Amino acid sequence: MPTTTIDSHEFHVDDEGFMTQYDEWTEDLGNVLAAQIGIEMSDEHWKAIRFLRNDFPERGETATLRRVATVGGIPTKQLFTLFPKKPAKKMAYIAGLPKPRGCV
Amino acid sequence: MRNLVILGCGTAGTMITNKLRHRLDREEWKITVVDRDDEHHYQPGYLFLPFGGYSRDQVVRSRHAFLCDGVDFVTGAIDKVDPEENVVLLEGGRRLPYDQLVIASGTTPRPDQTPGMLGPEWRRSIFDFYTLEGAEALAGALDRFDSGRLVVHVTEMPIKCPVAPLEFTFLAEAWLRARGLRDRVELVYVTPLDGAFTKPVASAHLGGMLEERKVHVETDFMVERIDPERKVIVSYDEREVPFDLLVTVPVNMGADFIARSGLGDELNYVPVDKHTQLSTAFDNIFVIGDASDIPASKAGSVAHFSVEIFVDNFLAHIEGRPMTGAFDGHANCFVESGDEKALLIDFNYETEPLTGKYPYPVVGPMDLLKETRTNHLGKLAFRWIYWNVLLPGRPVPLPALMSMAGKNVPAAEADEKEARDAHHHDRQP
Repeated sequence: MPTTTIDSHEFHVDDEGFMTQYDEWTEDLGNVLAAQIGIEMSDEHWKAIRFLRNDFPERGETATLRRVATVGGIPTKQLFTLFPKKPAKKMAYIAGLPKPRGCV
Repeated sequence: MRNLVILGCGTAGTMITNKLRHRLDREEWKITVVDRDDEHHYQPGYLFLPFGGYSRDQVVRSRHAFLCDGVDFVTGAIDKVDPEENVVLLEGGRRLPYDQLVIASGTTPRPDQTPGMLGPEWRRSIFDFYTLEGAEALAGALDRFDSGRLVVHVTEMPIKCPVAPLEFTFLAEAWLRARGLRDRVELVYVTPLDGAFTKPVASAHLGGMLEERKVHVETDFMVERIDPERKVIVSYDEREVPFDLLVTVPVNMGADFIARSGLGDELNYVPVDKHTQLSTAFDNIFVIGDASDIPASKAGSVAHFSVEIFVDNFLAHIEGRPMTGAFDGHANCFVESGDEKALLIDFNYETEPLTGKYPYPVVGPMDLLKETRTNHLGKLAFRWIYWNVLLPGRPVPLPALMSMAGKNVPAAEADEKEARDAHHHDRQP
């Protein structure tokens, strides 16, 4: 597994840069990861990211857009505004969670 | 006398009913199977209907005819399950108490979930082919279609038989070519995924096949609504894809009674342990086939392989013994590619579809991820196997767990597997 270093903290990522260790993530790191993909975090952004973070331990996988919308209460349309083009992937990247599996 | 109640008498429900009836003592266990009607559909056959391949009587049989003796078949709509009281309530008030419950109620296309889909153009220029009525109506529309934009569209994953939209596209391309219409038709494949399919090797391979066939692929397309007047599908990020004929795969969802019972997730799938398929919430509820949330394809082959593991686990569980079988998510799917050829893919939770031979190394006779006529004949032969071997619960001479024998492992994955194995060996005592 490759690792990467931000602000002198080393953490584990996959080939595409998605973090692989749930506990290595912090909100500060989330801000840095968001900036890397051109997103400035607002309260609305954090609401979505915190939902993903809280949902993951229970479900063992990254929430889908539908789950963020129906369970997390943030409409899909808004997710596309907050995280343009590829919201599911961008949210997972910022939240330090595995890339959502496109299903099978 | 103890009660086993099975909800759903489709592929999974029929197989486990027959297998468990032969293994459970008739003096000790009563088995009741519930379904809303008595029509068992061979769903893989829907794919061929739009092209005049099969007729209705080749894909529909009676459900009860496939159940062995000593089983109570109940026709009725399920209102809900009360898992605290261990009882199933049917509409009309009938109560079915259970000691063990198996949910096998599958997944269903839901065109009502996308605004505009069920509007004035439904079954005029907008069709599905995951229902018998949809596939039959589409046959008529294709027959009249001679030019314009044919758009094949997947609304949202997961869907049952995830390769079917690609198969439909390949078959439509070949069919148009055979009719001399290919040059007059623009073919477009619209998907919420970032490629033709989900796993890298298969996605690259199948994506290449679309490219060869000059099918335009629109990726990362999450549909928000369909505008039936302007005949366009519109995504959440406001892209539009116009169509003359739209063949869509609607959102798939588990049964509504699962939501009413408080047993489901946001798509009405029941959370289970992915190796034993025992509910994570209730110790006497198992979920087999498409109705669970296991991260495997929603496909008959997965149901079939999982049933092999499930039956022994179930018998252990009801006797209070630990369940020792672990299902691996094994799927095995023929992919029709047109011109009387097909590919075969074989994969599980851990291993993506790879090239190689199946079921035996070197000799096959099936080729994995490669278009051959043998694979096509295998797909056609499967309908007979389904009705005559699979549903009655007779043994199929294929291993339930996926095997790496005969598969070509890409370099990166081989390294990773070696590292995993080395790690594993380190931990041996």
